[in-house]
Amino acid sequence: MKEQLRNIEEKARDAISSVTDLRALDDLRVSLLGKKGELTAILKQMGKLSAEERPAMGQLANRVRATLEQLLSEKNAALHSAAQAARLGAERVDITMPGKRPAAGRLHPLQIVENEVKEIFLGMGFSVVDGPEVEYDYYNFEALNLPPDHPARDTQDTFYITDNILLRTQTSSVQVHVMENQKPPIRVISPGRVYRSDAVDATHSPLFHQVEGLVVDKGITMADLKGTLEMLMRRLYGDDCKIRLRPHHFPFTEPSAEVDVMCFACHGAGCRMCKGEGYIELLGAGMVHPKVLEGCGIDSSIYSGFAFGLGLERIVMRRYNISDMRLLFENDMRFLEQFR
Amino acid sequence: MNLSLRWLSDYVTLDVTPKEFCAAMTMSGSKVEAFTCEADALQGIVVGKILEKKPHENADALFVCQVDMGGDAPVQIVTNAKNVKPGDLVPVATPGTTVHEGSESMTIKKAKVRGVQSDGMFCGLETLGLTVHDFPYADPDAVFVIEEDCAPGQDIASALGVDDVSVEFEITSNRPDCLSVVGLAREAAATFDTALHLKEPVYHGSEEDITQTLNVDIENREKCTRYVAGLVRNVKIQPSPRWMRERLRASGVRPINNLVDITNYVMLEYGQPMHAFDLRFVKDGHIRVRNAKAGETITTLDGVTRDLSEDMLIIADAEKPIAVAGVMGGEYSGIMEDTVDVVFESAYFEPVQVRRTAKKLGMRTDASARYEKGLDETSMLTTLRRAFSLVEELGAGEPVGTVIDCNYADPAPNRIPFDPAWINRFLGTDIPEATMADYLARLDIRIEDGMCVAPSFRIDLERPADIAEEVARIYGYNNIPSTGLTGTADAQLTAEQKFERTIGNAMTGMGCSGILTYSFISPKWFDKILLPPDAALRRTVTISNPLGEDTSVMQTTTLPGMLEILANNYNHRNPRAWLFEIGKEYLPTAPDKLPEEPHRLTVGMYGDCDFFTLKGILETLLEKLGIPALRFTRCEEACPYEEKCAFHPGRSAVVYSDDTPLGIFGEIHPDVQKNYGIGVRCYAAKLDIPALLAAAQTEITYQPLPKFPAMTRDLSLVCDEEVAVADLEAAIRKAVGRCLERVELFDVYRGEQIAEGKKSVSYNIVMRNAEETMTNEQADAAMKRVLKALTQLGAELREL
Repeated sequence: MKEQLRNIEEKARDAISSVTDLRALDDLRVSLLGKKGELTAILKQMGKLSAEERPAMGQLANRVRATLEQLLSEKNAALHSAAQAARLGAERVDITMPGKRPAAGRLHPLQIVENEVKEIFLGMGFSVVDGPEVEYDYYNFEALNLPPDHPARDTQDTFYITDNILLRTQTSSVQVHVMENQKPPIRVISPGRVYRSDAVDATHSPLFHQVEGLVVDKGITMADLKGTLEMLMRRLYGDDCKIRLRPHHFPFTEPSAEVDVMCFACHGAGCRMCKGEGYIELLGAGMVHPKVLEGCGIDSSIYSGFAFGLGLERIVMRRYNISDMRLLFENDMRFLEQFR
Repeated sequence: MNLSLRWLSDYVTLDVTPKEFCAAMTMSGSKVEAFTCEADALQGIVVGKILEKKPHENADALFVCQVDMGGDAPVQIVTNAKNVKPGDLVPVATPGTTVHEGSESMTIKKAKVRGVQSDGMFCGLETLGLTVHDFPYADPDAVFVIEEDCAPGQDIASALGVDDVSVEFEITSNRPDCLSVVGLAREAAATFDTALHLKEPVYHGSEEDITQTLNVDIENREKCTRYVAGLVRNVKIQPSPRWMRERLRASGVRPINNLVDITNYVMLEYGQPMHAFDLRFVKDGHIRVRNAKAGETITTLDGVTRDLSEDMLIIADAEKPIAVAGVMGGEYSGIMEDTVDVVFESAYFEPVQVRRTAKKLGMRTDASARYEKGLDETSMLTTLRRAFSLVEELGAGEPVGTVIDCNYADPAPNRIPFDPAWINRFLGTDIPEATMADYLARLDIRIEDGMCVAPSFRIDLERPADIAEEVARIYGYNNIPSTGLTGTADAQLTAEQKFERTIGNAMTGMGCSGILTYSFISPKWFDKILLPPDAALRRTVTISNPLGEDTSVMQTTTLPGMLEILANNYNHRNPRAWLFEIGKEYLPTAPDKLPEEPHRLTVGMYGDCDFFTLKGILETLLEKLGIPALRFTRCEEACPYEEKCAFHPGRSAVVYSDDTPLGIFGEIHPDVQKNYGIGVRCYAAKLDIPALLAAAQTEITYQPLPKFPAMTRDLSLVCDEEVAVADLEAAIRKAVGRCLERVELFDVYRGEQIAEGKKSVSYNIVMRNAEETMTNEQADAAMKRVLKALTQLGAELREL
C-alpha cells in the first residue's frame, strides 16, 4: 500500500508537470483526488489494514494528498498566469495611436484672467459687484468730481445715447452705486465692459474691460492701497514682481497715482518692450476724493478709502504676448484653443 | 508740453543728465513722455570752409571743392551746388554719416563721382531737419551757406545752436501752471530741492499816456475778471534772434516773426496766452469785452466766417467783434506787414466760458486749451511786462509806458488747514511736521496760522487731501510703506455670479469655448437674421455719436453677434466651432431711463453636430443647473422669441420649465446662413439667465437607494411619422404610474419592414416598487396598460 501511494505520488508529479492547459489540469485533479480518483480508491482500502498499520498509513496518505493538492494548486496558478500573460500579449495596442478625446472647451483668455483677478480679491475679502454699462452721466462723471465742462472729460471720448445717458467710460461709475447703497466698511471689485470712442486698431478697441476696486472704511490709508496693489501684482505676476507708484491726476481720487510694474523682460533696466522705461504702466489708483465720498453721503471726516481701476486687456495681452487686441474679439477657434 | 532744457536753465541750475532729470520729474508728478537731444540727429555733420571750387573734368553740372574741415589737409568733395563759393562755411556730412531727406535716408561713403574722389556731402536745411523759419537767411533749396560765427571742423549742432534737449511732458488737467517753463522750473526746483531764480520783468516804455488812444470796458465781469492792455508803437517786423528761434523750436513752436514769436515765447514761458491787435482795426480805440449779439459774425484768422451767439464772449471794438475771447482773433486783428501800432492783450477769461465757446465753434486752439484749464488771475501784468521787455530787447517796437489794467479778480488765496497728524494718518506715513512744511515751502505753499496758503497759480489746491498729495509726491510715493488691509470682510460671489460660473464650467466641459463679442451691432444685422420690420427687437438703445453704423446700436439680441463669430470662423476655414458667450442684451425701457441689461447665454456651433447635439448640450446644462420640468415646443407654435425667424422652422424649439420660457434654439435658417456666408449647417441657442436662475432648484435632498430589484421591459412600436415621441413617452409614464422609474428612447428606425410614413420607436422601461420586489405579473400588467394607452395614440407593437 505504501508502495502504491508512492507510485501515485510519483505518477501524479509527472502528470501535473506535463499538463499544459487548465482543462487537462482539472481532469487530472478529478482523476487523482476526485471521489472516483486513485487516491480515494486507495484510502477506501484502509479498512483492511491492521490497527497498528493504520495510523502510519493514514498519515502517509494525507501527506500524499496534501502534496498533490499543493502541486495542483501551484500548477493551476502557473497556468493561469501563463494564460493571462498570453492574453495580455495578444491585447497589446499601439500606445502611440491618438486618444479618444472628449471635446474640451476653453475659456476666453480674458475670462481666464478676470476669474483669476476675482479669486485674488475674493481671497482678500472683496465682494464682486456688477453695474450698468448704459449709465447716467451723473454716475460716470458728475458724481466722480467731473462736472459738466470739466477739461478731463476730453480725455475720455464718450459714446452718448442722449445728453444725459452714455456708455460708461470707466467702471468707476460702480463706485458711486456701491457707496449709495452700502454703508462702510466697503470692500468691492467690479469687473466689466467700458466704452470709449476709439477706432479699432492693434492697441485700441471701442470696448474693453476694466476691474474697479473700492475700499472705504475708518482709517484706510494710502499705505493700504500700496499694500493691496502689491499683493495683487505678486499674485498675478509672481513674488519677485515689483511695482512703483507715480503721482498722477484723476478727478475722483486725491492723491492719485499711476501704478507701473517692473518690466518682465529687462527687470527695470529699460528695453524695447518697456520703451526704455524699465516699467510698464498698468493701472490708475488713488485715495477716494472727499467730494466723491460726500456726494454719496459718506462723511469724509470719519471715513477714507482707496480706489483703483485695472485694464484687463493690457494684462491679458502682456501675459500671453498677444500683440493685436483685435484677436480678442475675433474669437477664431485657432486663437481660443491656445488658452487653458 | 515740450520743454527746452536750455530755457529751463534760466530759472534753475541742475547738475543732472537729461535721463536723471526726466526720471526725477516723472516720480515727483510731472510725467515725462520722452526727451530728444537735438544734436543726436546731426552726428557726423561738421562745418566745412570751402577753399577752392573747380569744374569737374568729366561733368558739366558738377564741381570739385577743396574743403577745410579743421584737419591738417583739406578734404575733396564733389558737389552740384551752384550757390557755394570759396570762403563759404557749409555743413558737411562726413563719411559714415546717415542723413535723412524726407522719408529717404542714405549713408555717406568715400567714393568716386564720375572718376573724381569725393569724401563727403554738403547739406541743405532739410537734410539738417531745419526750415527757413529757423534760419531765415538760408536758401531752402540749396546748400546751406552758414552765416553764424563758427569754425571749420566744429560740430554743426553747436555751430547752429541745434543742441538743446527737448523734454516732452504729459501735464494733467489739474496742473495748467505746468504748461509753462516757469511752472516746470518751479517743479524742478522743488524736486531737486534747489533755488528757483524768478525775475520780475522790467521795461522802460515811452512817456505816452495810453488812455489817450485806448480804452477798455469789461461788460461781462463774471466771464472776464481781468483785462490788461498795452500799446507798442512803430513796430518793426523782422525775424527773431537766433536764441529765441532755438528755444521756440525746442518747444515745438515754429518761429514766424519777432512780434508773433514774442507772444508765443511769453505764452510758453508763463503759460499766459497773449493776443495782439493792429490798432488800425480797433475802431475808436475802444475795446469792449462783451457777449456777442444775435446775428453777429466774425471772420477768424483762419479765414472762416463764424456765426456768434449770445452766450459767447467776444472782444469788440466800438462797432464789431474783433476776437472770440480766449479762442481766436479776427482776420484783421493780426500783425500785418504794414502794421505800425499794436495792442497787446493779456487777460483772464473764465474757463467754462472759453471751453463752451471753443466747443460750439468747433475750434480748439492752443490759447483756448490753456484758458479752459484755468490761469493764474494775478499774472496778467507780469506777462505783459515780460512781452514788452522782449519788444525792447529785440528792438521790435516802442512800448508805451502806461498800461490799462481792468481788474475785477478776487485774488484771495485758498487757505487750507495744515494738519500734519491727519496727513500722516491718511498716507500711512510718519513724516515730521517740519519736513512737511519744507516740502510745501518748496512748492511756494506758505503756512500761516496753521493754514496752508495756496499760491495763486495753484488753483487745484482746495482741501486737506490736496495738501496730502503735495506732501506725498515730494516725499516720494515709493517711500510710503505698504500695509495690508485688516479686519474680516464678508466676501463671496452672489448667487447670480456662482450660477454663471457653473454655466461657464458646464459649457467648457461639454466642449464649447467662451467668446467675447461687441455689445454694439449694426442695425442692418436685424435684416441679416430676417427680423420682421415691425419687430420689437428693432427698438434699440442707439448711440448718438457712433464710430460707424456697424457699431451704432446696443444689441437687443445676442444672436447676430454669435452668428458673426461663427461666420468669422467659417471664413477662416476652421472645420469646427463650438462656442458660447455669457453676455448682455440692452433692452430699452422709457425714454431718459436706463435700459434693462439682462444676461444671456448664447451658444453657437457648426461641425460634428446636429440639432440633437445642441439639444443634448442644453439638456445636460439645464439638468446640471437643477431646472425641473423641461418641456420643448416647436417655434411654429406660439413663440415668445422674435428670433424664431432666424431658425429652421422644423428644426428649432423653445425650451420651457413648466410654463416659463427659458430660451430658443435650433438649426439656423438656410437664408440666414446664406446672409452670413456660412456654407454649413449651423446651430444656435439663446437662453435667458435670469429665467434659468429663477427656475433652478438649488436645494438637493438625497433619495434613499432602492432596496428592491427593478423589472425591465423593452418595447418596440410602430407609429405614424407625425407622432411626437414626447407624447408616446408621456402616455407610457401615465400608464405605468407610480412604479415607473425610467423610460428611455433607445432607437428610432425607418426603412425596410416599416411602411412608408411610419417609424419604429423602441423604449427601455424600468419599473420598481419602493416597498417590495416587483413581480413578473405586476410588470406584465403594467405593460398591458402601456400598450392599451399607446394604441389610442395610433401606435402598435412592432412584430419582430
